[in-house]
Amino acid sequence: MSLDPAAVRRIAKLARIRVDDAELPVLAGELNSILGWIEQLNEVNIDGVAPLAGAPGMTQALRADVVNDGGYPEKVLANAPDREGDFFTVPKVVE
Amino acid sequence: MAYTIEGNTGPWEIVVGLEVHAQVISRAKLFSGAATDFGAPPNSQVSFVDAAFPGMLPVLNQECVAQAVRTGLGLNAQINLTSRFDRKNYFYADLPSGYQISQFEHPIVGTGVVEIELADGSTRQIGVTRLHLEQDAGKSMHDQSPTKTYVDLNRSGVGLMEIVSEPDIRSPEEAGAYLRKLRSILRYLGTCDGNMEEGSMRADVNVSVRKTGEAYRTRCEVKNVNSIRFVMQAVEVEAIRQIEVWESGGEVQQETRLFDSARGETRSMRSKEDAHDYRYFPDPDLLPLVLEQSWVDALRAALPELPDTKRARFISDYGLTPYDAGVLVAEQSTALFFEAVAQGRDAKQAANWVTGDLFGALNRTGTSIETSPVSAENLGALLDLIADNTINGKIAKQVFEEMVATGAAPAAIVEAKGLRQVTDTSAIDAAVDAIMAANPDKVAEYRSGKDKLFGFFVGQVMKAMAGKGNPALVNTAIKAKLG
Amino acid sequence: MISDFTLAGARAALRQRDVSALELTNHFLTAIDTLNPVLNAFITVTPDLARAQAAAADAALARGDHGPLTGIPLAIKDLFCTQGVRTTAASRILEPFVPPYESTVSANLLRDGAIFLGKANLDEFAMGSSNATSAFGPVINPWTRAGDNRQLVPGGSSGGSAAAVAARLALGATATDTGGSIRQPASFCGIAGIKPTYGRCSRWGVVAFASSLDQAGPIARTVEDCAILLGSMAGYDAKDSTSANLAVPDFAAACRRGVKGLRIGVPREYRSDDMPAEIETMWQQGLSWLRDAGAEIVDVSLPHTKYGLATYYIVAPAEASSNLARYDGVRYGARSQGADLIDLYENTRAEGFGAEVKRRIMIGTYVLSAGYYDAYYIRAQKVRSLILQDFTNVFAKVDALLTPTAPSAAFGLGERMDDPLKMYFNDVFTVPANMAGIPGMSVPAGLDANGLPLGLQVLGKPFDEETVFAVAQAIETAAQFTTQPSIRAKG
Ligand SMILES: [Mg+2]
Ligand SMILES: [Zn+2]
Repeated sequence: MSLDPAAVRRIAKLARIRVDDAELPVLAGELNSILGWIEQLNEVNIDGVAPLAGAPGMTQALRADVVNDGGYPEKVLANAPDREGDFFTVPKVVE
Repeated sequence: MAYTIEGNTGPWEIVVGLEVHAQVISRAKLFSGAATDFGAPPNSQVSFVDAAFPGMLPVLNQECVAQAVRTGLGLNAQINLTSRFDRKNYFYADLPSGYQISQFEHPIVGTGVVEIELADGSTRQIGVTRLHLEQDAGKSMHDQSPTKTYVDLNRSGVGLMEIVSEPDIRSPEEAGAYLRKLRSILRYLGTCDGNMEEGSMRADVNVSVRKTGEAYRTRCEVKNVNSIRFVMQAVEVEAIRQIEVWESGGEVQQETRLFDSARGETRSMRSKEDAHDYRYFPDPDLLPLVLEQSWVDALRAALPELPDTKRARFISDYGLTPYDAGVLVAEQSTALFFEAVAQGRDAKQAANWVTGDLFGALNRTGTSIETSPVSAENLGALLDLIADNTINGKIAKQVFEEMVATGAAPAAIVEAKGLRQVTDTSAIDAAVDAIMAANPDKVAEYRSGKDKLFGFFVGQVMKAMAGKGNPALVNTAIKAKLG
Repeated sequence: MISDFTLAGARAALRQRDVSALELTNHFLTAIDTLNPVLNAFITVTPDLARAQAAAADAALARGDHGPLTGIPLAIKDLFCTQGVRTTAASRILEPFVPPYESTVSANLLRDGAIFLGKANLDEFAMGSSNATSAFGPVINPWTRAGDNRQLVPGGSSGGSAAAVAARLALGATATDTGGSIRQPASFCGIAGIKPTYGRCSRWGVVAFASSLDQAGPIARTVEDCAILLGSMAGYDAKDSTSANLAVPDFAAACRRGVKGLRIGVPREYRSDDMPAEIETMWQQGLSWLRDAGAEIVDVSLPHTKYGLATYYIVAPAEASSNLARYDGVRYGARSQGADLIDLYENTRAEGFGAEVKRRIMIGTYVLSAGYYDAYYIRAQKVRSLILQDFTNVFAKVDALLTPTAPSAAFGLGERMDDPLKMYFNDVFTVPANMAGIPGMSVPAGLDANGLPLGLQVLGKPFDEETVFAVAQAIETAAQFTTQPSIRAKG
């Protein structure tokens, strides 16, 4: 599985990272060298092995249905790069 | 007779599946402690978790889990004791973390079934594929400024149940019946208020068409339709659109569409189409959700009687028609009201009064069963006055109108207005005598065989008695005197 | 001599009123003033806050109110959100971000009386093994090779924490470890550091890199100092649903347990042909110290351990690609303008993230994308399962494992930067512990031929940090590692 510049552009698009066309072949090279090295995993026999997503053997604890957070719009908005009143704002989206 | 749409090439069958997003009734959000109330000032019900600040972590709300399980049980569905949360990755201004926490591979509820009743009295089983828990997004407002979109995250992170049906629905009517039934079940369970105007219930409508006996053709998804009527319209217009595409030699493209209720059409949402690849994977912040069977059993034991069971009981215990029973159980509050009225009384009569006079009055006065001017207790008392011959049926209607207007108890109205039924036979005899004396010609006609005139005498006597005569006694007296 | 204080020693001096918290704090602030321009170990220094905390600590000590860390000045890795103090994750994209909340781990330290000197530099979003990816410039290792004053990297990602502690700019530091980011810089800087069991420390308020691997832990000069710090940092937190609901043991007491009768495993797969001979020698030395202290050495096999690194470079970027999606210029952090929303996102993220972060986001996006998910991500999860199984199997036979921490000593600034893969190999010995969630500690064991420190790694059973501390302490005691880096605070 080897990435060409078009595939890299598609991934960059999915990841919402602008990549100049000139950078695409360089990035493709770097990513391919990493992906090529990762291919070593293909030699592992994984038949019948259950995937492990994270912290083994633990299950999650639940929270009671209590309102104990929120109610501080100023703190939520204090770091906003742009705002109008108590709204975050972004360039107008046309749906 | 199956529903079809007639095209140029003959009849087309429609195939519909619904994805319903139902907002979970809970105090706090699915993964944070912020409130869920509707209509709060912008960003006032937002925790740092909901706004996806660095280092913030989700912690699952137990009540939302319980609500999903209750709903699953109410849909006769399989409860999965182990489920998991996944991330659905995409960028949008009102999706702060860049992913929605949802359940993709292992939902909390598996297959179930919803029984719908149709106008012709038939019923159908609509399969439920799954129910899963997920977060709602925030709200983008595009009309506040010419250059900017405003973002309010109050709704961000509110718990939703996505209830996915099998493609078992075959007509707009069935789509409507399914949604009404589903909403009724959710309301009975208290797991979603079903309020489509406030967006707490929304439907994605998957529509395709086919010729009878064919495999499924390509479907389109009409997104976020927010009323039952619109869903029914969307099904129809989208099906017609697809039939036109097929019949003109074209091919329906799988895509996401929007229902424009003003124009009564669906149109393509190209903006949502741009190469979606959601990259689902297990949310590493959330370990598997494991439920105890005993906990599920306890939730099951505490479930209220649901519409189907209640309807069957109303038919068998009260002798109601399936139609009346269906009408009475649609809302839990109506069923409760009816049962309070019917208790120890003539149930069919109670059903008639509730579905007829009461519903009419509620409609006229713009009230609901919860705010009804006539309490169940007073309506029951009115029925008692009829049963013990204090008033007759006709006067009862008059008393009822007075109850609607004033909220007063029927006995008080009867006393105040002197509406008691006259059972004194001598008073009735006197009234009959007077009418016969005033209409000798009609008496003669009757006696010469014109039986139909009997009604004329009843009417005249009742009128003379201001409607208060006991109908049976009046009949007996007229019969006796006319011979 | 304040610079010679260990954390435990400073604590004793504070309690005896031999030194005040303010004196201690001023000493470190002066040292930072002098050396940070050289080392770049801190992104942000908070002198006013530190002095205010010191005054409060002195008042507490005067009342006889001795918290576990009252008056102890620390460096906080700039990945821990600190209320009212800018937290950058060493990224341009978070340069203006001031958290309105305190991470659980740093809050625990404040609860116990600690003083925060400032925010320590790191690899951007903790992605790196050299601290060269920081948007605020690289950190310089306080150590240099004998007779060679070229600058060396401190390791990473917790390079600022390690350099600060090694150069005596703080008594200890918080750090995080996703693939070796505590242990490898500790090894490179000649100090100690422990990555506890996944779930031992809360992740709440720590900028996430790879959620299923990230774990906070301390870096300090001695094993005991690490034990004291971890005792404060650790603990159940209901705000992190992966946090373990277990009592925090007395880690400092565990350091004194000794290793008599313990079975120490030597995983044969950690031995490779290209491992420098002096690292092999150091490893053997460590084993013989433990044998001398009464432990039994057992050969064990971890057959899948060699796949740990490749697995890591699927799992960690996958999680990171999703975790870093929130940096979009909308609610906080830096924003670059754009004609429309997508433009804004793409510009913000292109300009806000550095090259390594972008590379990992791209890898992660790719391995999760349609058509590749099973081949990469699911396969990696299955191999992860096998790696855990390996550890479970050997821990049925042994109490702990001993390995080298890293395949080399500190390398030169600018070296290994041309090829990302070369950099990744730094973590080959540390990554398996993250994959399995088990605790791992690096303890300085000696010097290489160039006079650079080398660390040994002790791996333990899940939630058995106590045995890890006992073994690490035995090595520390035997090693008598007293050499100091060439760049360090004095006085
Ligand atoms: Mg949908
Ligand atoms: Zn959904």
